[in-house]
Amino acid sequence: MGFMTFKGGVHPHDGKEFSKDKPIRELLPKGELVFPVSQHIGAPASPIVAVGDTVLRGQKIAEAGGFVSAPIYSSVSGTVKAIQPRRGAVGDMVNSIIIENDGEMKETEFSPVQDITALSKEEIIAKVKEAGVVGMGGAGFPTHVKLSPKEPAKIEYIIANCAECEPYLTADYRRMLENPQELIEGMRIVLQLFDNAKGLFGIEDNKPDCIAKMQELTQNEPRMEVCPLKTKYPQGGERQLIYATTKREINSTMLPADAGCIVDNVETLISIYKAVKLGMPVMNRIFTVTGDAVAEPGNFDICLGMSYAEVLEAAGGFKTQPEKIISGGPMMGFSMFGLDIPTTKTSSSLLCLVKDDVAASETTACINCGRCVSACPEQIIPTRLAKMAGYGDMAGFEKWNGMECIECGSCSYICPAKIPLAQSIRTMKKQILAERRKK
Amino acid sequence: MSDLYNVSSSSHIRSKDTSSRIMLYVIIALLPATVFGVINFGIRALVLILVCIATCVASEWIFEKLIHKKSTINDFSAVVTGLLLALNLPHTLPIWQAVLGSVFAIVIVKMMFGGLGQNFMNPALGARCFLLVSFAGTMTSFTYDGVTGATPLALLKNGESVDTMKMLLGTTAGTIGETSVIAILLGAVILIMLGVIDLKIPASYILSFAVFILLFGGHGFDVNYLTAHLCGGGLMLGAFFMATDYVTSPITPMGKIVFGILLGVLTGLFRIFGANAEGVSFAIILSNLLVPIIEKFTIPRAFGQKKEVKHE
Repeated sequence: MGFMTFKGGVHPHDGKEFSKDKPIRELLPKGELVFPVSQHIGAPASPIVAVGDTVLRGQKIAEAGGFVSAPIYSSVSGTVKAIQPRRGAVGDMVNSIIIENDGEMKETEFSPVQDITALSKEEIIAKVKEAGVVGMGGAGFPTHVKLSPKEPAKIEYIIANCAECEPYLTADYRRMLENPQELIEGMRIVLQLFDNAKGLFGIEDNKPDCIAKMQELTQNEPRMEVCPLKTKYPQGGERQLIYATTKREINSTMLPADAGCIVDNVETLISIYKAVKLGMPVMNRIFTVTGDAVAEPGNFDICLGMSYAEVLEAAGGFKTQPEKIISGGPMMGFSMFGLDIPTTKTSSSLLCLVKDDVAASETTACINCGRCVSACPEQIIPTRLAKMAGYGDMAGFEKWNGMECIECGSCSYICPAKIPLAQSIRTMKKQILAERRKK
Repeated sequence: MSDLYNVSSSSHIRSKDTSSRIMLYVIIALLPATVFGVINFGIRALVLILVCIATCVASEWIFEKLIHKKSTINDFSAVVTGLLLALNLPHTLPIWQAVLGSVFAIVIVKMMFGGLGQNFMNPALGARCFLLVSFAGTMTSFTYDGVTGATPLALLKNGESVDTMKMLLGTTAGTIGETSVIAILLGAVILIMLGVIDLKIPASYILSFAVFILLFGGHGFDVNYLTAHLCGGGLMLGAFFMATDYVTSPITPMGKIVFGILLGVLTGLFRIFGANAEGVSFAIILSNLLVPIIEKFTIPRAFGQKKEVKHE
């Protein structure tokens, strides 16, 4: 196999065995669903329903709050019960629309398109925007913005991020096995927007079945190509994926479009397909419930707005009480102190770990071993940056290229002294960005 | 909110590597040279090794007790220091001098500057140099097979011929751990296989040293002379086990190479133009002092940054 890859990175235990062979199961929600108005990067959406309104599945309940923003749709039919701040996965309080589910799943009418090739580029982007599609790999960047670069003619590669390099997660894996056609159609739609672009599917080689399947399905597609990637974290990091597949490098001051690339995750491309072909907004996604604490780990087709607790219940609940529960993967996910939190467009998984490595490991002195340097995919010096962050040395931090950090957590993972390097660097980055905004 | 789960900033998993495990790897890699040293020099060498290790561990423990800090002897770094120091001593050194050296290594060079990770100089080598200037007589008198004799490097300096085969095997006079190139290289292979070190520092050190000898050694392209220099003295032990000391070498990839070249040049200077036959220890501790400056000038270009990006 061809091994496209990047420099640095780590090889954590992948943990995918818990859920990788579990077919996607559809879940019907019960009780109330919570829709935070901020499920994306950019301005929060503004609610367009009032308490007491009846809504249908697929009905818009919040309007995009600006260009860089996305509307929100109800994933069930029912009644708007309240509009109030609720706790989100990251731990902050977000204004949310709470809908009491009537269990009937009455849908609004969607308008499918027979012949997509007859649509203009503007019409396609408008449909993506209207459907509320955002980067569903976790970043939540509104997709219509990504699809509207300054110079569309200069886009040469549309890269489907099928790496799924985070340990434990298997949602994209199942998608590729069960709905590869939708993924390819999503790619075809995006390629229709960029005349000079080629579609690449970057898949890590720990998913040989996906690579084989995608190669088989794209063999008669002159504009599409499957790129097998070496299995290594963070192979699916945007900058790393672009480098692995095209050998182009971007830094923190550039957008993928500056290197002629647009990167979209599996789930995002499928949402694009649904938005354009079926006229359906983002209401569902594939979600992995996994970890050694879960009774029956699996992959679920969830209605957004369901709580983590409800999805966990569908996976049989806990078989062992976990010490830590994480929204997303173990490398970049957010640990949560409770389960009463709604799933959103960017929720890819619920990971429940019996043992919390972080609490169990004692931090000792840095011995300057340089493992963080070898592991860093950005080729910066995490331990120096963490030290400067500790001193509050902003100038030094910027001089040593601290702002290039992608917060992948490889340094924290590899550190033999168990120093939370990524945490210090992340905090410092935030402070510097705040400082820059003041000026 | 009755049951709250642990929360922390990502990443949420940690590798199995720990600092103490790395130190253990270093100790394992030093075993070939240690075992050979004991076989070569006899039981006196073993006694000296054990004394140094015990004194280093004890001084760290006592020092931390006195300043009311949590004991760090479990990280095995004091064991490594003691072992390295012993391997750099002649087996005939009086025990009390070895004890003094060990206390100096731990208390003065390491703990006074903040303990593990904070020392600016390799503790074992700092102590060796301290002993060298304090007790030049006992530190530079070497006996082999009961006969007092010069080390191969000293012979070389006086223009006499040496047996490079014996130097490879290690059956010559010298400090306990430095004589056998084969045993040291075996340890080096272990270090590299276990991922403890990479070749940047040792390779650039040895190569630049070889070039220096060829240029300024005064023997032209004499393979025998060059081999003798490479196998003699503390070069191999120094290049693989002491120049690569994490704490006292640069962390930047380019800095490691600059550091290695500096070591090669300094060692060559000391050996060829200095009064002593040996120069590795002084080259390393001198270069240790320059590490912060080397790092400052070798900040790596981050991924995706253009070469022309300039920092003020």
